This record gives sequence, structure tokens and C-alpha cells, in this order.
Amino acid sequence: MTVRKNQATLTPDEKSAFVNAVLELKRTGIYDRYVNAHNWYLLNDSDFGDRTGHRSPSFLPWHRRFLLDFEAALQRIDKNVSLPYWDWTADRTANSSLWGSDFMGGTRRGRDGQVLDGPFAFQGGKWALTVGVDRRTYLRRGLGSGTPQLPTRADVDSVIALPVYDSAPWNSASNGFRNALEGWRGVNLHNRVHVWVGGQMTSAASPNDPVFWLHHAFIDKLWAEWQVKHPKSGYLPAVRTANVVDLRSVLSPWNNVTPADLLDHHRFYTFDTESGGQRF
Amino acid sequence: MNMITRRQALGLGSAVAAAAGLAACSSKSTSEAPGAGASGASGVAGPSGAPVSLPTGTIDETYEGHRIQITVGPGGHHGMVMPTVKVDGNDLHIMPNADGSWVTVVNHYETFPDPVSAARAAVRELQGADLVPFTAKEAKL
Repeated sequence: MTVRKNQATLTPDEKSAFVNAVLELKRTGIYDRYVNAHNWYLLNDSDFGDRTGHRSPSFLPWHRRFLLDFEAALQRIDKNVSLPYWDWTADRTANSSLWGSDFMGGTRRGRDGQVLDGPFAFQGGKWALTVGVDRRTYLRRGLGSGTPQLPTRADVDSVIALPVYDSAPWNSASNGFRNALEGWRGVNLHNRVHVWVGGQMTSAASPNDPVFWLHHAFIDKLWAEWQVKHPKSGYLPAVRTANVVDLRSVLSPWNNVTPADLLDHHRFYTFDTESGGQRF
Repeated sequence: MNMITRRQALGLGSAVAAAAGLAACSSKSTSEAPGAGASGASGVAGPSGAPVSLPTGTIDETYEGHRIQITVGPGGHHGMVMPTVKVDGNDLHIMPNADGSWVTVVNHYETFPDPVSAARAAVRELQGADLVPFTAKEAKL
């Protein structure tokens, strides 16, 4: 069983195994399929029409499946790799070891934001962007220039305290846990972290930055934490609802999996903070 | 790809109205080209066939050395009445939010009160880089 670990606790060997598997997916072109898919969904998910990956109830199950796919691709390269998560309430500065040259890189950056160190620096020859919104092919970050503060644990707790999963109109204007976590309303968790990282992470092609996976692994963990806190609150909507994916409708692009199939992450992996399968 | 209801179109209409309002405001300070800030209202048939009043307007300004052009009219990737935004002649994908604010492909996790402020944020982020055409293909994983 896959165990997803806090990135701050990874050994040097675990970091290099993850980085090497990511670089191998990049080399073979598989990585950029994920960038393209995310870009496509983000540009087509609309408050005024169909929406699947974002600004909708299925934001959480869609990304859970997206991460499971990516993690499986990594494990075809190296079966011991799992997706680490970045707890940005704890590792909240540009000096965090997360940005070290042995992992995500980015401690050194150019005036244009170009990441100059680590395995994903353009000069290393292994990380040229092919799917993006502009013609720059090098990884960029701002690390605090777009917004000064990452969310705090108090911010997270205030969102996890919300008892209702989601509510009409089931979009970026909704009240409820999902939209507060996604960040269109309230203290803003997920969206704010994209903006804090900056560079490609602010764009529709955000998976160009490998920290995307570590951020979303933590968002996924917060969903699991919310489920433990509110065992009687389920995924909503439970019945057919225009433009959005209800509990038992299929998620594209897979078309063979529903939110109901994805509610229990224990079917797929556990977190390093769980003992006996339930504790955080 | 999506049909929108008349009620949704009306909601969008108010968002586009905000766009035109900003165009008029912006023309006072930075616009250089003729026709900037022009706005008016025209009757547009919504998907239900009922007439929906949507404003039209254009803006053409130079911001931090880059040209921003906005026209309001039919078009856009979402098959609805949308402003068309160009930065240095290249299309900037823009999308309305339910509350009347806007996101662009460049800043897709941050909302802006109107298309002009969204376009200016994109100019700051692009630092002179050219936008690429919207070429994403439907996801295959």
C-alpha cells in the first residue's frame, strides 16, 4: 500500500527517487500529457456551463483521480515512489528545504523568476516546457511575490470546520467546504497557494511546476481530514444536477469512475499521519 | 460546448456591463487609440430566443509598454457573448466568474474585477513574453 509522506520528512534517497521518476516521465513525454489535460479542463470548466475539474463539487474527486493516475505513472518508473505532500501551513517560506537544489529547486532565481538551481532548472537540460500559455520554456516562480502569506493552520481549521461539503449554485460562488478549500470564497486556501508560488503555478498550465503535485497531495489530505471531522457529511450533490458531476455520475476524461468511487482514499493509499487508518 | 440559460446569460450580461464600464473609466488615463471607451447597448438574442440587453464597447490602451485591446461581442471559447482580449495582438483567454469577476489563462487562480485589470495583470506576469494560441487538446491520459 502506498504511503504518502510529508515532503519535509523525506530522506535524500526518497527525494532523489521522486525527482528521477518525474524527470523520466518528462523525458518520455508522458508528463506533458498531464499538463495539457489540466490546461484543457481549467480553460473549459465554466461557472456558466459544464465544470468538472475546478469551481465545482468534483474539484476534489477529479484531482484525487488525476493524482492517482500520475502516481501510478511514477510507480511504473519506480515502484517505491509515492506522492509527497507539502504542508504549506508549516513549511511556509522561500527558505524551506522544499525549494532546495536537491528537490524542487528555486532557492536561486533570476530577476524574471527563472528557477536557476535544482533538477527542474532549464539549464539542466531536462525540464523544458512544451505546454504553456506563453512562449517562455523555462520554469519560473515568485515564492511570495504574488501574495505575501501562505494560509495558516488556523485558516485551514476554519475551513475544515465547515459542515456542508458544497451547495448550489455548485460553482465559484458556492458556500461550503469545497469552495472555501478551493479558494474562490472565504480565507482562500488552494488558489492562494498557486498564487504564492507564482510563475507557471498561477497559470492554467500549473502542472508545469512539479510542486503542483505536492500542493494537491496536501489539498487531497485536507479533504480526508474534513471527512474524519464530519463523518455524517457526504459528497454533494447526491442527485443529478445540471452542469456538475453528482455523487454517482462519471468523471471525465476517465468516464469509468464516479466521485462515490473516490471518497475513501484508503482504497488507494494512506497518509503518514494515519495510524490504524483513521487518525490525523 | 455549453448551452447557457437566459438567466445565466443575464448574469453574464451584468458581468460584461462591468467590463464596458471599466473601459469607459480607463479611457480617461491611459488609452491612446481612437475609439477607446466607446460603449453602448445592443439587443442580443439569448439562447432561449428572448432578447437580452448586452453592452458593447472597446478599449485600446498601452500598459507598461504593451498593447491591450478589448472588444465586446460574440465569440470566445465558451460559445457565449464574451469580451475578446488581446495583448500585443495575441489572444488572451479570459473567463467570467459567477460573481461578475474575471480570470485569465495567465492568472487562473486569482480574480479581477473587470477584463482590463485582468489584462493588465497578465501583462505584468508576461514580462514581454508572447502568449501562445489556445491549443490544448481534450485530455487523454
